[in-house]
Amino acid sequence: MSDIARIPTDWKTDAMQRRIRRRYAAERRFRLIGLGAVLLSAAFLAFLLITMMANGLRGFTQTEVRLDIDFAASDLFLDPATLQGPNVDRALASVNIDGVVRNAAETQYEGVSRLLSDAAWLRVREAIKDDPSILTRTETFWLPASDHIDVAAKGEGAPEAEAAYDRLQAAEAVKTGFNGRFLSAADATDPTVVGIWGALKGSLLTMAVTIALAFPIGVLSAVYLEEYAARNRWTDMIEVSINNLAAVPSIIFGLLGLAVFLNFMHLPRSAPLVGGMVLALMTMPVIVIAGRNAIKSVPPSIRDAALGIGASRIQVVFHHVLPLALPGILTGTIIGMARALGETAPLLMIGMRAFIATPPGGITDPATVLPVQIYLWSDEVSRGFVEKTSAAIIVLLIFLLAMNGLAIYLRNKFERRW
Amino acid sequence: MKNMIDAMTHETRAPETTPSAPKMTARGVSVFYGDKKAIDDVSIDISQENVTAFIGPSGCGKSTFLRTLNRMNDTIASARVEGSIELDGEDIYASSMDVVQLRARVGMVFQKPNPFPKSIYENVAYGPRIHGLAAGKTEMDRVVEKSLRRAGLWDEVKDRLQDSGTALSGGQQQRLCIARAIAVDPEVILMDEPCSALDPIATAKIEELIHELRGRYAIVIVTHNMQQAARVSQRTAFFHLGNLVEYGDTSEIFTNPRETRTKDYITGRYG
Repeated sequence: MSDIARIPTDWKTDAMQRRIRRRYAAERRFRLIGLGAVLLSAAFLAFLLITMMANGLRGFTQTEVRLDIDFAASDLFLDPATLQGPNVDRALASVNIDGVVRNAAETQYEGVSRLLSDAAWLRVREAIKDDPSILTRTETFWLPASDHIDVAAKGEGAPEAEAAYDRLQAAEAVKTGFNGRFLSAADATDPTVVGIWGALKGSLLTMAVTIALAFPIGVLSAVYLEEYAARNRWTDMIEVSINNLAAVPSIIFGLLGLAVFLNFMHLPRSAPLVGGMVLALMTMPVIVIAGRNAIKSVPPSIRDAALGIGASRIQVVFHHVLPLALPGILTGTIIGMARALGETAPLLMIGMRAFIATPPGGITDPATVLPVQIYLWSDEVSRGFVEKTSAAIIVLLIFLLAMNGLAIYLRNKFERRW
Repeated sequence: MKNMIDAMTHETRAPETTPSAPKMTARGVSVFYGDKKAIDDVSIDISQENVTAFIGPSGCGKSTFLRTLNRMNDTIASARVEGSIELDGEDIYASSMDVVQLRARVGMVFQKPNPFPKSIYENVAYGPRIHGLAAGKTEMDRVVEKSLRRAGLWDEVKDRLQDSGTALSGGQQQRLCIARAIAVDPEVILMDEPCSALDPIATAKIEELIHELRGRYAIVIVTHNMQQAARVSQRTAFFHLGNLVEYGDTSEIFTNPRETRTKDYITGRYG
């Protein structure tokens, strides 16, 4: 050993300097690549958000046309006195309100074709129902314009529609404003009167069913597997199965739901109940895995401490382990729920893609959900649906954002340091 | 080491009392982890009046044996205990023994201070609460104060009982853990290397506390530190490779060990 003389390292040689330079260059290169990756993803995100906003914000507005209807002069033979009590709907159904509205539009705005939305007369009917006395006078309405005019108002219409819109504007017979109906109505065949509320409520109900099923079952499974179950071949098999289940394509869960919940158990088709059950199956493995990891990360010393002063197993779990594991469990749960919220495929299998024109009243009523609604609208040919689709996407994104915000809030609230 | 033993023999020590009946008795206890035998045929009496120290090199089974005394080994699935351990003549491994009650009667303090991530007050109140030992807020306040006083922590924390127990210093945390164990009014306190994670000043405080608690509770302390065993205990058991090599009065063990293995260990030949 001693014959190897200790030669002091010369840090100044060319080779050494080159090595140092190469090292710094590699460092810089790596940092630039990382930065590039981040910027690229940020650019994609910005592009997505900007296009969505540009298209979608218009979906929240609606062009309306002024129309004066002289009911007294019209051929609408309705006695205000009959419009009372339970016979209102039948009395209104027997007369041609649609025709009256159409005639009024044609006389007032001669030569403008496709002026009003096909569903505009429904609003007139509502007005009559609310106040039958208007039947004796001339009433001014602001009625939804057809998507033809609506698109022109937003600057993208066909030439003749643009011309018609200019005429209307000159006569101050048109205005574009916030479309409250979009947030309160359900699906419709006419893009000018569709609303997102039906799908939003469907999503809310479905999520409620999902969390009510998946959270307790998932957390209890995680607690049992971590705290009680013996480590043997059976629990190993269960663990592998759960991990596999978390990776199963969602459409498979849809088929399972179709076969078991609908065909075997005869639960109602298209209902948030069944949708929630299917999504709960999908979400549960995610919650179990997140829950087990969170429970595993609670220091064993805390369990020892509680056991050491005579706490029972269940007291250890509920007083100490679960409160400490809760932030992790909640994060996992919300991630699972966010995935479930955006899920379309399994819900198509159980019939939640039906056309449903009224918001669901409960979890057994037919309903659709936001992502399915987006899918359905994106399939429509009518030009008006394009912006409605984007608007629906914005609603879905806001919903998702709210859920993630809630997750962060809960995590910070329950997080404890030691 | 030589100096230490000299110093100790000249020290005036509390006189060892001869126990009337042992608080805990172990007879032919063996502990297995799976197929591996960790403790081999240990018989020992633990007296109410004295502090009993378990010493021995790492991995000799002293902590394992300590944990059999309040059945903390039950939480390890592969652990199996043979032989009999009695607390006041009652077999603690009998099916009639409630393990939750046993652990309230035989409290434990661990190697690393492990307060719950809750307030100081809640840390101490937790035990009495789950066992229903204090009715109402005033009585609970009294129990908490008494326990913290006995653990010598009251004066340091009385103004911040609602602060987190984990915000205390290491030594304070360990005394909080002792207060927590005392709060359920145990008969025996097991201490598993309670000072190994503490600095010398905090260690001195804990040792002082052990002196004060002696007599009120039967105390069993596991320690790596032979000086500590000499300082705090009246009886010492030397474990080696899962066997109880020697058990006797601390002064005897340290000055005049009967076994060569004991002698080799306390003079620092191995360990």
